[in-house]
Amino acid sequence: MAEAQNSPKSSTSLGQGAPPPVGSTTAGQIAVAAESTVATRMSAPPSFDVADFPVPYGREEEWRFTPLDRLRGLHDGTASATGGVKVDVQAPEGVRVETVGRDDARLGRAGAPVDRVAAQAYSAFEHASVVTVPKETVLTEPIRIAVHGEGGTAYGHQVIELEAFAEAVVVIDHTGDAVLAANVDYLIGDGAKLTVVSVQDWDDRAVHVGQHNALIGRDAALKSVVVTFGGDLVRLHPRVTYAGTGGEAEMFGLYFTDAGQHQEHRLFVDHNTPHCKSNVVYKGALQGDDAHAVWIGDVLIEAKAEGTDTYEMNRNLVLTDGSRVDSVPNLEIETGEIVGAGHASATGRFDDEQLFYLMARGIPEYEARRLVVRGFFAELVQQIGVSDIEERLLARIEEELEASVA
Amino acid sequence: MATLEIRDLHVTVEADNATKEILKGVDLTVKQGETHAIMGPNGSGKSTLAYSLAGHPKYTITGGTVTLDGEDVLEMSVDERARAGLFLAMQYPVEVPGVSVSNFLRTSATAIRGEAPKLRTWVKEVKETMERLHMDPSFAERNVNEGFSGGEKKRHEILQLELLKPKIAILDETDSGLDVDALRIVSEGVNRVRETGEVGTLLITHYTRILRYIKPDHVHVFAGGRIVESGGPELADKLENEGYEAYVKGGASA
Repeated sequence: MAEAQNSPKSSTSLGQGAPPPVGSTTAGQIAVAAESTVATRMSAPPSFDVADFPVPYGREEEWRFTPLDRLRGLHDGTASATGGVKVDVQAPEGVRVETVGRDDARLGRAGAPVDRVAAQAYSAFEHASVVTVPKETVLTEPIRIAVHGEGGTAYGHQVIELEAFAEAVVVIDHTGDAVLAANVDYLIGDGAKLTVVSVQDWDDRAVHVGQHNALIGRDAALKSVVVTFGGDLVRLHPRVTYAGTGGEAEMFGLYFTDAGQHQEHRLFVDHNTPHCKSNVVYKGALQGDDAHAVWIGDVLIEAKAEGTDTYEMNRNLVLTDGSRVDSVPNLEIETGEIVGAGHASATGRFDDEQLFYLMARGIPEYEARRLVVRGFFAELVQQIGVSDIEERLLARIEEELEASVA
Repeated sequence: MATLEIRDLHVTVEADNATKEILKGVDLTVKQGETHAIMGPNGSGKSTLAYSLAGHPKYTITGGTVTLDGEDVLEMSVDERARAGLFLAMQYPVEVPGVSVSNFLRTSATAIRGEAPKLRTWVKEVKETMERLHMDPSFAERNVNEGFSGGEKKRHEILQLELLKPKIAILDETDSGLDVDALRIVSEGVNRVRETGEVGTLLITHYTRILRYIKPDHVHVFAGGRIVESGGPELADKLENEGYEAYVKGGASA
């Protein structure tokens, strides 16, 4: 039988999903506390040194959903780098692309690793890649970073910096087979606008773990779109903090979790600065035995962050029996002086009755599934804004569905 | 002229690890332009008849035939039956997450008609039909049946009936759970379709109330998994006054 369940931490109900109007608050896990539990429930404080984190054994809050035995040693120090992961950066004119050593001051500025694998990645990479869009440069073409695995194990670090008032779209495209632990820093200068699309289109055996740290400047904006299809295990941890007032973060994600795949997205938005906004929308479809999607949505509104406006939502569509969703929204509010804060989580099944209903209106079975899945993802696909990625995404959804019919 | 012929139909369902026969030899012929009311007590198998005709996988046909203009309906998949001209307005329409009403209607009309309706005329057609059913235009952007009230679900079913123009329409307790205003609006929709003369209607109901708005040509009493009495509209009056008691007892001993 299908397990489509919300974690006990979330009290939102199945089948609900319409976002409430801005300014309202849903009935979910909302803690009003003097001290953040988002930070204290981690096994260790953030650190760049892997030695500061104990080797996880699986019961820790931040690891309890992850099958450690499938991390191929990324979590316990046994995975040695073999190379075999190629990174190719294609950037329009005016963009600086550098390979730098570990001592470069820009590395790690957006945030420190918060778990053992992120710290392992930070402790193990030899060179980092830094891509800089200079001040007031507005790009008309995307920067494309292709990360292609050829069966090896690798640790990496990527920095993308937009200087003040720069505007850019960045596509990070992961393909092939790899065991990869790599973090990405987004440094977004005052008034700058970054759209970044991270595509995880790995082969079936790949393992990919990474922390994305965004530091959003005054009146700057980040739009992050995370698209996860492939891999045996993908665990990403997009995090946002603000360096000045007026910052905005839009965090979108979509995932299509197949039989046997573990896809985990752990979001954290730290409203540490007054008058900033965040909007998190992640949607996933699951099909097949032991498909497992995990979504953790942590939002912290610190006491000093008055005027905050935040909303987060996770929706899951379970297409077949045998798959499992864990969805845990968590909102912590340390000040009442905010514009709005809310969250929602819903998991629904595409079941035989829905199929019957659509087919009873003349719609063939395959078309019925397609209608439901495309409709479900449509609003997020439109957010990408890079047409070849949008088309590839729709084509991949079709492929996934065809595989399920076959 | 389209004709639906049901002959000696037997249907079972699996429940609690046992096979239970629900339909025990149903005979009925519905022709285009006719309206048949099937009336019966709860548990008599009325809804099973409706869902079996539409091809719901829960029900197993163990005997008998169903043909539409001579074509074997029982050999067809659910979607083929709909494209052949059968329509079932469901008692409990299903929520379909992520699919808007407008997208659903257009996809369905495309499948039934064999080609995509021309956008301009289609939008007008949908809008006007919705207006006649007193449905707010914002309805089209909501997800299919998601968060709909009971009355909205039934109006949405009749909206589809009007747009898809089937040869045979089976209305499964479309009247249940409706207040008088909603019942009148829904009935007017059904009557607009009937007045074209191009649809045969099988109206399944527990109550006689809807027959004040939709006048049947034939009334059948359904009990114990088959039709036990057939007559004209006057049979409904008899049921109104006397109820189903006589048939329930008879069905139990049969």
